[in-house]
This record gives sequence, structure tokens and C-alpha cells, in this order.
Amino acid sequence: MAKTDTKPIDKLTYEQAYAELEAVVSALETGEQSLDEALALFERGKGLTKHCAELLDKAELRIRSLSGETLEPFEEKE
Amino acid sequence: MEQLALFNAFPGWTVTTLTHHLRELLESDASLQDIWVQGEISNLARPASGHIYFTLKDSGASLRCVIWRSEATRLRLTLQDGLAVDVHGSVSLYEAGGQYQLYADTIRPLGEGVLYQEFLRLKASLEAEGLFDAARKRTIPQFPRRIGIVTSPSGAALRDILNTLRRRLPLAEVILAPTSVQGEEAPAGIISAIQALNRVSAPDVILLARGGGSIEDLWAFNNEKVVRAIIESDAPIISGVGHETDFTLADFAADLRAPTPTAAAELATQVDVFELKANLAEIGGVLSSKIGTLVQVQLQSVDWLDNRLKFTSPERRLQTERQRIDEMSRRWISAQVHGLEFAEEKFRGLENRLQALSPLAILRRGYAVITKNKKVVSRIKQIQIDDQLSVRIQDGEFNARVTGNNG
Repeated sequence: MAKTDTKPIDKLTYEQAYAELEAVVSALETGEQSLDEALALFERGKGLTKHCAELLDKAELRIRSLSGETLEPFEEKE
Repeated sequence: MEQLALFNAFPGWTVTTLTHHLRELLESDASLQDIWVQGEISNLARPASGHIYFTLKDSGASLRCVIWRSEATRLRLTLQDGLAVDVHGSVSLYEAGGQYQLYADTIRPLGEGVLYQEFLRLKASLEAEGLFDAARKRTIPQFPRRIGIVTSPSGAALRDILNTLRRRLPLAEVILAPTSVQGEEAPAGIISAIQALNRVSAPDVILLARGGGSIEDLWAFNNEKVVRAIIESDAPIISGVGHETDFTLADFAADLRAPTPTAAAELATQVDVFELKANLAEIGGVLSSKIGTLVQVQLQSVDWLDNRLKFTSPERRLQTERQRIDEMSRRWISAQVHGLEFAEEKFRGLENRLQALSPLAILRRGYAVITKNKKVVSRIKQIQIDDQLSVRIQDGEFNARVTGNNG
């Protein structure tokens, strides 16, 4: 895992955050870091987990409709 | 007089009298009262009343049919849409509905329906081409980011799909490619919707859906060109057409067949938001336990180092030295004590030996020491008669005079 990859967590999409989270966990699983590095990874992992959970909680289905070759907002009829 | 006309007898028919007349006309024709009719079953309905309703049709016309419950229970044939049959019964007219219909009492299978035969023929040929091979099926992504939908914008299928997606994976982005899904223009519409979706929005998966209907309603999904468009789609396609019992060629061509539109949306979201949340919680747990273990390990190694440090510290060496000195001094003292005791013993031995050698000791045994002029007399020639001698015994001395000589 690239250590320089420290984009602010709240700028990450769910997929990005989740992918990084998985990388953090597998990095921790190797146990090859110094304690400081491991703790930093842990903090990052915790932040990513929280961010993912928040994205899940506030997600709203985005719907658009194809009209010819362009995408338009789709209004649902009840 | 004008008004009187109102009281004239009405010269025409009422709906009831006309309908009744037509009914009698039909029923009076003996050839219509005991007939066999050939056709294909569609719009089969079995309401709770137990009567069976369906439409018998061929390529040119359709005929409403009824089987009363009493007859229905005696049917040996399992009726289904698309089934071609010979139906026996009588023709009459249902006056309230204004509908002539065949009151059926016997149904014989004619073999598979014509549409169904067409379906089988096309299926066999596409199958032979390998279009339905399992090896062709693409994997459905577990967690699609963008989901394409090909269906009617006004149908229940779309509503079911959107509700399901909203519930299961609101993170997803939905692109609808609206098209008619029934009628002559449906195949072309479905094909261009699939193509446009791939071209414009490159979805991770496409749902091809339509609610339930008769075999004719679903016919667009048995179109060969539609089948080929499904096969050629870049994105994998999940079909959800009709009800659970409906199988269309589109189902066979799709990468995954769902029994209904709702099920298609469920299969497209194998990992739903609840699972994602559970997963996150689990990862959080793993994180905590990993870091816990790591800290534990570090603590242990700190402990261990601390022990090693204590072991090698000058403090410990000093202690050791101190102990050695203690030990040595103990041994020294002990040696000294032993030495003294030994010396004393030796001394006492010597003393005893000395004592044994002392002339006093000999005197104590009854011997005497005789001196003449301070000289010990040990030989007879040292003395003469009348010599004054001094005799020393154990507890004193006395003088003596030599009176004789035995030598």
C-alpha cells in the first residue's frame, strides 16, 4: 500500500474508501510495520470505516434516463 | 300531436331484446351446440370461483371460452398459455357481457402450440449455434456501481426494480433506457436500448425486464434479434421477464435469468447495504483486534527487553559480586575456624606427648631422680660409699647416704 496515498477521507467514493480499507487491513495482517506505522494505519482504517458507514447511511438512489444519446433526470410517476 | 308520438310503440330493439335474440339464434343452430374447435390457449385465468376462463386463438381470430367448475374438476389436461388444443363444447352468448363464447366441456391437447413450436424451433437453432452455452455467460458483478435498466418507463416492472434497488443498494446509479416491451415495435426498441446503454453509459450490469403477461405479450423476448443483442451486449445482462413460470429466449441468452423483475434487481445487488454494513463492522473488528495484537506483541517484547536489560545491568553484576564476596568471606571464616580448631588439636596432642615425656610424669609412676652435687646419677660408678645424694620423687626431695654397693 502506498503510504503517500493519503487523500482526505471525506473526498473518497465508497469504492475508493472500501478498497483502501481492505488494503489497510491486509497491510496490518502482515504485521510488518513499526508500532507507529501500525497505529497510523489503524487510525486511517477507522476513519475509512466510518466514512463508508456514513456513505451507506445517506445514500440515495440516483436515477437518470437515456434520451437518444444523452442522459436526463428521471422523474418517477407514482 | 307531436307529443303523442312519444307514446307510439318503439319500433327498434332494446339491447336486452337484441342480445336475447342473438343468443336464441346461436343456440338454435344445432351445429354450434356440439362442436370441436382448434386453437391455442392464451389469457388463461383461474379465479377463486373455480371456473376457468381463457381465450382460444389462432393467427386470424380469438374466441372467449369458459369451463364451469363442475367440468373443470374433471379435466385431465393441465391447461397453460400457448398450449394448442381441441376444445369441445357449445356456443352461446353471455348476455350481461354481450359476449359470445364457447362453453367448453372437454379439452384435448393438439400437441404444443404453434407459437410454442416456433419458440422451440428458434431455441434449438440458437442453442446449436452455441448462443446459450454456459461458457458464454459473463459474471455478474457482486457490487455494481452503475445499473442499466431496459424496460417500459411506465410499467410495474420498473417500479418494482427501483424499489428493490433503493432498498438494497441506494449507492448505485441507475440509467434507464426506456422502450416499449410489447407489440411490433418492441424488439427494435429493446435492441436499441441495450446498445445505447452500452454505448453511452457503460453500465456494470443491465436488467432486461417486463412484468407478467400472455405468451403473446412476452413475444418480443423470443425475438432472434433481441437474443443476439443480449449476447453482444458489453455489460452482462440479467433477464426478469414475466412470471416465474415464463421462460423466454431472452432468458436463455441472458447471463443470468431471474424469475421476475424484482428478483432481477435482487440478483443484481448480491451484496446489499445491510451486508455492506455488517462487512464494515467486521472489518472494524478485525482492525481493532489486529492493532490490539500488535500492541500486545510490542508490550511483550518491551517486557522481554526490560528483562534482558536487568540481566545485563551493572546493578546485577554488583549484586553478583557482592554475593561472591559474601560467599568467599564465609568460606574464609570457616577455613579460619577450622584452622584454629585443627591447630588446637595439634597443640593438645603435642602437650599430651610433652606431658608423657615430662620427668614429672615418670616420677608419678614411682620413679625417682637421684642427683649428686646437682648431677643426675644414672651409672653406678658415679657414686662411692657415704656419698650424700639428693633423691627427688613426685612430691618432694630428700637426702640420702650411700651405705653399700651391690655392684
